[in-house]
Amino acid sequence: MYPAPFDYVAPTSLEEAVEELAQRGDDARVLAGGQSLIPMMKLRLAVPAALVDINRVPGLDSIQEANGHLAIGALVRNNDIVDSDIVERTNHTVAAAAPWISDPIVRNRGTLCGSVAHCDPEGDWNSVMLAVGAEVVARSATGERVIPIADFIADFFTNTLQPGEMVTEVRIPKYTGRAGGTYIKLERKVGDYATAAVATHLQLEDDGRIAQAGIAMTSVAPINRKATEAEQMLVGQTPSAELFGEAAQAAANAADPETNVRGPAEYKRDLIRVYTRRGLAKALEIAQGS
Amino acid sequence: MQITVTVNGESRSGDVEPRLLLVDWLRNSLGLTGTHVGCDTTGCGACTVLLDGKPVKSCTVFAVQANGMTVETVEGLKSNGQLHPIQAGFKENHGLQCGFCTPGMMLVGKALLEDNPNPSESEVRWAISGNLCRCTGYTNIVKSIQWAGQQLQSAGDQS
Repeated sequence: MYPAPFDYVAPTSLEEAVEELAQRGDDARVLAGGQSLIPMMKLRLAVPAALVDINRVPGLDSIQEANGHLAIGALVRNNDIVDSDIVERTNHTVAAAAPWISDPIVRNRGTLCGSVAHCDPEGDWNSVMLAVGAEVVARSATGERVIPIADFIADFFTNTLQPGEMVTEVRIPKYTGRAGGTYIKLERKVGDYATAAVATHLQLEDDGRIAQAGIAMTSVAPINRKATEAEQMLVGQTPSAELFGEAAQAAANAADPETNVRGPAEYKRDLIRVYTRRGLAKALEIAQGS
Repeated sequence: MQITVTVNGESRSGDVEPRLLLVDWLRNSLGLTGTHVGCDTTGCGACTVLLDGKPVKSCTVFAVQANGMTVETVEGLKSNGQLHPIQAGFKENHGLQCGFCTPGMMLVGKALLEDNPNPSESEVRWAISGNLCRCTGYTNIVKSIQWAGQQLQSAGDQS
């Protein structure tokens, strides 16, 4: 299978990359890991006129702690996240999800930022980003802006980047004190999309009550969806199995799964309930132990 | 576009269309047909090669992306007419039947052993989880990779 013909440029600086994007506008796509984009081009689902390959741009491949957040650059591969001590220490939800992204070979190429930008509702990362309240840094020839993840995800395979903008970094808040989270996914085999998956994040007050709660779901709606009502039920409350059960039911109610080759809709909805309950229990256990 | 890639230690150049996939450049332009095309959809791992030492699915990388980099294919494993221990491991342990997945399995195995010379069964199974085999049921592939690890370690101990 071959993509349609395209122009290819491989800039060697960020300035050059955003200049290429400015000139080419909506006809250009950024190529980072390419593990979703290239298959889509081969199927002619994506037919960009040009690829701006950023793999030779320096400075985009680091995971750094800065100003109260974890900054993940546009060329950080998924296996870099799996192997990262900083991630393991700072964010349990991200650390739990990383080994579940596709398969080990694809993780050598694929990037977190690319997956975030791709906005595939069957992709794992945007659920994690919604649960932990991440921000996306978008750069263009004229400047930089920081977009909260909920505003970045526009629709099915659609983000809110403007023509000429590219994602340079994803920022994940660093939680201090008593925080925990996890990602629970059911997949039929390694490399398959999630049948359903849930990202959870909890931050506790000193007195043990829930200060912040993040819950988001994969593969059960046209976008990665935050379980907002379930989150609101938790905030300010004292954690309990009963409370988590009610929140899990609210998350399941917020899911809108389809029956397909991965299973019936009602099965997936129940997976969301069970995984939310388990995910919250795990998040609490981590937060109470920290 | 003109590209130059170090393939199995040799500098190879070519004029390629940007949409040419790395696997097809290796197979059709360089004649290195040991790298197989299985699913052509990033699923099966038969086309796995090492790009700057890391396993990648060469059906999901453009040849232009490899410009200036090193690629190792199954043809690069043997040296001085001797099988690499990973190849010997597959031979000794009946790690292949039809052989279609074998080049990808061996390259993933080689990369794993460089990071982790003595992997457990579950570590090997984890490492090859992006490679599909439809013949052997994986058991002998796991044994082959572990066998190669032991050979490499005892060779290292002697040197």
